[in-house]
Amino acid sequence: MSAYLSIEGLGMTFTGASGRSEVLRDVDLKIDRGEFVAIIGHSGCGKSTVLNIVAGLLESTTGGVMLEGKEVNEPGPDRAVVFQSHALLPWLTVYENVALAVNKVQAKKTPAERAQWILHNLDLVNMTEAKNKRPSEISGGMRQRVGIARALAMEPKVLLMDEPFGALDALTRAHLQDSVMDIQQKLGNTCIMITHDVDEAVLLADRIVMMTNGPAATIGEVLSVPLPRPRRRLDLVADPTYIACRTRVLEFLYARERRPSTQVA
Amino acid sequence: MTAKDMVDRGFVAKPKESRMQEFLPVLVKFSGKVAAQVVPPLVVIVLLLLVWHLSTMGVKSNLPGPLKVLHGSWELITNPFYDRGGLDKGLFWHISASLQRVAIGYSLAAVVGIGLGVLIGQSQWAMRGLDPIFQILRTVPPLAWLPLSLAAFRDSRPSALFVIFITAIWPIIINTAVGIRNIPPDYRNVARVVRLSPIEYFYKIMVPASVPYIFTGLRIGVGLSWLAIVAAEMLIGGVGIGFFIWDAWNSSQIGDIIVALIYVGVVGYFLDRFIALIGHWVGRGTSSM
Repeated sequence: MSAYLSIEGLGMTFTGASGRSEVLRDVDLKIDRGEFVAIIGHSGCGKSTVLNIVAGLLESTTGGVMLEGKEVNEPGPDRAVVFQSHALLPWLTVYENVALAVNKVQAKKTPAERAQWILHNLDLVNMTEAKNKRPSEISGGMRQRVGIARALAMEPKVLLMDEPFGALDALTRAHLQDSVMDIQQKLGNTCIMITHDVDEAVLLADRIVMMTNGPAATIGEVLSVPLPRPRRRLDLVADPTYIACRTRVLEFLYARERRPSTQVA
Repeated sequence: MTAKDMVDRGFVAKPKESRMQEFLPVLVKFSGKVAAQVVPPLVVIVLLLLVWHLSTMGVKSNLPGPLKVLHGSWELITNPFYDRGGLDKGLFWHISASLQRVAIGYSLAAVVGIGLGVLIGQSQWAMRGLDPIFQILRTVPPLAWLPLSLAAFRDSRPSALFVIFITAIWPIIINTAVGIRNIPPDYRNVARVVRLSPIEYFYKIMVPASVPYIFTGLRIGVGLSWLAIVAAEMLIGGVGIGFFIWDAWNSSQIGDIIVALIYVGVVGYFLDRFIALIGHWVGRGTSSM
């Protein structure tokens, strides 16, 4: 049986001024339709590189990515990206930022249908009221919401999130995580999320992919999170399964794969 | 409603002067704000005029004092629109002739400069090849181009325009190129994910993203072209503020020169503000992130 999205024998070697550096080696991962996968690892382990290759923004040195049996070799709206820096265009309003994607991706719809679709997606992330504001006039959390709305509005087959909440404070992050779970519940998207936050990974993901440290990073361990949905943050605090998953990931990150800088040479 | 109305009503209803009490502090605060902006420059101007007056009081002074300028150049100051044919015109006509030259030369520089800047900003190869040449050419003083352009065009009119063009174009090219190169890679990634065509990318992302840089270049350019035109006109002659100053010097009308200089400064200031205003309007919100 072939998977919905499959990453096969992925390797990445950058050739720069300081010579060649192998970032990824033999990354293999199969993801089912509607599955939420979190990729976790220390910074610099190449997890963003994996995401960028799936997005088509980077070209892998070896191996490749197959989506519904077709090879991915360029970026496209079927693999929409939520960027860590939100990447909203500052001269456009919230509405226009989503419209930029919708008008291009959903060109077959009539203008009225498109307008409705834009508003529908803004509503999904609770940003309807701020639709005429510019990114500079809204908070970091709200910008990230718009980034998510823009990605969702492309109706992607896979939603790719590159540390989407990394730059936000803990409370705002929790709020957005709840939103993402809500939306995931409604739409059943296939998601890949890059994160360095253990709680975030356990809370959101069906499976957690743990990456070893570079150079030549690869997948060290894959952990299924058998928690029922909908999940609620407060209920999970004392949940034995939650604690077990959390401990497992922490052990991987801090016992097996310590930060390169803290390792004794 | 006037202040008197308020007082009247206040007295009729006797609400313990509430309206006046609300209104007065606001008025005082507002006039205080205006005064804070207006008083310092006024004081400085008066002081400068005083220094000017005192330093030119001596009998043997070569330069006229402010009163002498006011007296000697009264017609020039009060009537900028007179026209007695030939070169004997009010300052308005001279300034407008100079501004027309600047408008043509500068517009050409803006169009060509932005075009070249976009090209260079996009191509690493073009940047490496052309940047050293630009860096050398941009330091050539405007007037140094004049003999060459007179030799090439054999006419003073296109030569003046060329001098403005060649003076203004360098900062426009360089700033546009820097603006294009500084577009955040994420904007490019957004465009790639959405699959914008190159043309859509150009006008939906590239141009708005680099507008603040482009207008920095345009502002520097307009200042330089105003510098260049005054100098160029001194040599070329004809109607224009530059030649007016040169002509006044030849006829020893030092007062006229001083009046003309003030005009040149004020016009230069407004040119700069004008471009800044357009930039602000075009780039709504672009620079505020």
